[in-house]
Amino acid sequence: MTEPNAPVASSPHGTLDLTLRIWRQAGPDAPGAFETIDAPGISTEMSFLEMLDVVNERMVNTDEEPIAFDSDCREGICGSCSLMINGQAHGPEHGTATCQLHMRSFHDGDTISVEPWRAAAFPVVKDLVVDRSAFDRIIEAGGYISVSVGSAPDANEIPVPKTVSDTAFDAAACIGCGACVAACPNGAAQLFTAAKVAHLNLLPQGEPQRYERVEAMVDTMDGLFGSCSNHRECEAACPKEISVDFIALMNKDYLRAKFKNRRFLSRKP
Amino acid sequence: MTDITLDSKVPDHPIEEAWDRHKFDMKLVNPSNKRKYTIIVVGSGLAGSSAAATLAQLGYHVKVFTYHDSPRRAHSIAAQGGINAAKNYHGDGDSVWRLFYDTVKGGDFRSREANSYRLAQLSVNIIDQATAQGVPFAREYGGLLANRSFGGAQVSRTFYARGQTGQQLLLGAYQALAEQIGKGNVELYNRCEYVDQVVIDGQAAGIVVRDLLTGAITSHGAHAVVLATGGYGNAYFLSTNAMACNVSAAWRAHRRGALFANPCYTQIHPTCIPSSDEFQSKLTLMSESLRNDGRIWVPVKAGDDRHPGDIPESERDYYLERKYPSFGNLVPRDVASRNAKIAVDEGKGVGPLHNGVYLDFADAIERLGADVISQRYGNLFQMYERITAEDPYRVPMRVFPAIHYTMGGLWVDYHLETTIPGLYAIGEANFSDQGANRLGASALMQALADGYFILPYTIGDSLAPRLGEPVPDTSHEAFRAAEAEVHDRYTGYLSVKGSRSVDWFHRELGKILWEYAGMERNRAGLEKALSEIPALYEEFKTDVRVLGDDRSLNQSLERAGRVDDFFQLGQLLCQDALDRDESCGAHYRSEHETEDGEALRDDEHFSFVSAWEFVGDGQPEVLHKEPLEFENIHLAQRSYK
Repeated sequence: MTEPNAPVASSPHGTLDLTLRIWRQAGPDAPGAFETIDAPGISTEMSFLEMLDVVNERMVNTDEEPIAFDSDCREGICGSCSLMINGQAHGPEHGTATCQLHMRSFHDGDTISVEPWRAAAFPVVKDLVVDRSAFDRIIEAGGYISVSVGSAPDANEIPVPKTVSDTAFDAAACIGCGACVAACPNGAAQLFTAAKVAHLNLLPQGEPQRYERVEAMVDTMDGLFGSCSNHRECEAACPKEISVDFIALMNKDYLRAKFKNRRFLSRKP
Repeated sequence: MTDITLDSKVPDHPIEEAWDRHKFDMKLVNPSNKRKYTIIVVGSGLAGSSAAATLAQLGYHVKVFTYHDSPRRAHSIAAQGGINAAKNYHGDGDSVWRLFYDTVKGGDFRSREANSYRLAQLSVNIIDQATAQGVPFAREYGGLLANRSFGGAQVSRTFYARGQTGQQLLLGAYQALAEQIGKGNVELYNRCEYVDQVVIDGQAAGIVVRDLLTGAITSHGAHAVVLATGGYGNAYFLSTNAMACNVSAAWRAHRRGALFANPCYTQIHPTCIPSSDEFQSKLTLMSESLRNDGRIWVPVKAGDDRHPGDIPESERDYYLERKYPSFGNLVPRDVASRNAKIAVDEGKGVGPLHNGVYLDFADAIERLGADVISQRYGNLFQMYERITAEDPYRVPMRVFPAIHYTMGGLWVDYHLETTIPGLYAIGEANFSDQGANRLGASALMQALADGYFILPYTIGDSLAPRLGEPVPDTSHEAFRAAEAEVHDRYTGYLSVKGSRSVDWFHRELGKILWEYAGMERNRAGLEKALSEIPALYEEFKTDVRVLGDDRSLNQSLERAGRVDDFFQLGQLLCQDALDRDESCGAHYRSEHETEDGEALRDDEHFSFVSAWEFVGDGQPEVLHKEPLEFENIHLAQRSYK
């Protein structure tokens, strides 16, 4: 399970002298540019964000405004952190969010470029912070199962085959970080949307709204994001390693919805 | 000091019937009248999202405020292990009464019986609700729901979704909220931080918020305000909390008149990855569920630096199994934490800094195979390996306790209403159900019970008689004055232009709290903390350096406000710990222990809730007491032997 080239943690820890090329941008409409910042004496045990904390603290000490970046849980689950690191969403390690990327993945003397997500749907707010609320619009369009509180049947009333539940879970593991969109040459949100569609559409609980859901979510997505052209960069960048197979499932349901929803509509009095 | 009587409003019915009969007794708001009421919900974690979604479903006009970019980021998302429910799906003798008993006992007899009973009762509805929403709980091959066991219980009642139970439950609640936002029933204000509570004529009238992107300070009026703003573990700087978790909402409400209860009840989670250096920004938790299959041990000899694989069985001390044969590795969190500290204090700590104990899966892997272990804990093992570069399938994990959850919070009655009428506190932000120690897998349960099933009903009881009252006008002088205060506070931080960063002060405050008010406390230490914190706070006020301005995103400025409040809360926490001259649950005063080294309660003098009243800056807070009575569960010395 250990990466073959990952050095084993030891104490005292090794240190790295790094050069950062960081995107600085004062606000949404301000011009941005790379700034070169020296980062000497970085411990290999730090996470990438802890490295930025240290750089920021040093900047405060020298009266420079610290770098703005999003992060919260720092354990790879909240999806707040982002960053294009050397052109890769969440950096070089596979299946790892930036907050769990450790400096032991870099080498002494490296120059590291750090940019915000680049996508038309995610405008830059400041420095490395972007606005990802377009994702929320997709969920609001249909990424839910409607259940009035108090009306749910006993949880064991509807058995769900374990394999179905496990596959739904694989899709539900999405943390909404936006790496898929940032990695996509078209800025498309197919993987994010498909992950939620698949999670809910695979489960028997999600069946009643299956076709309305996929149509509403895909149409909303299309209005906000670019188009998918099967590059599969999204899958490679996803810190939760969500499969592009779910996109096929979404497309299938979407196509079916185009017929089914129309048929249901025609039956309305 | 004002004349405050703490009326818990616990219904005068037998405990099994109390909630159901009380629901009938409460006043209702007619469905078509609900839209005439505006309710503000602050925070979008499990408690906030579930409450907001439910209130909107019922027809209320709801406004939700979160400082995150999306409601889905709230720290409930990081809960790993599971959620308890007295379903007894596995026929191992579980019942509502047993979950109630375990909760009260686990909380070391410092919770309110009626609240804990209601929590146990509603636990079963939560599982139904979440499953219907599509939460992918773990299942058996027959398609029915699986369970696992957790600390402090002898039955398997914990429902789980791999090691991401919090994530899946929060996404369920977030999606329910998103549905209501999409339908126009909820207005969402993201990246917007609650910075003050407005009270007019003794009634909660609304809130003041700061837009984190523009710095704009605005007011919002409402008929009721619900704080679902989480706990204050980040006061210690290093904790398992997310970076932005803070006490500010609860604290600002406290300063406006809401009593703060039991601040000294802070829970230490026994199994976190030990810190590796000063730069560390947080401690990562390894779920309590790991103690189902992992065995905790240290070398028998102090200072034994051999590789764990080279230490033979006979030279290992599985101290929890040895001391607590019937619960073994599944003792409650406070007991497990304290024993880890004892081992490390004796010089038996493992790892490069000798600051951890082993959590070893070798036996479980041999018995069940690596595949089964991977199915149960795969993502946790992976997370551990990313952080430490050690493979837990081959080398035992190293773990050590860290601040995790706070049982203390705003004082609330049975309706979850604070001492400010119209202001409610739910989830970790209140104090009511967990006593002096929370059992594992009970935080998700409480947050969702409050949000889905309790608050939406109790809030109607006080709203019903107010039909026709307009939403408080934000041009009222109370709003104006609060906005001006907030403005001055934030420009104040910028104008100090001192020499040290906000984080530096936060880290130093954390060190004091961990040293003197952490896992073990005593009078001398707490008195020391109470002299050191105010001194450091003075320094903060005169020497903090916050760069940038207050008209754009300024993360240092946000943190300055939060750390300011941590300083104030930190003092109250130590004051409360000093005042509570007994040990109970997670509050362990070294002066009070049994011969076996267990927490020794003093029921005669301390069987009460400490509720503190803010009376002005620089003045000692005033203590009010809510007596705790145990009519259903016999007070006993806890034993997990």
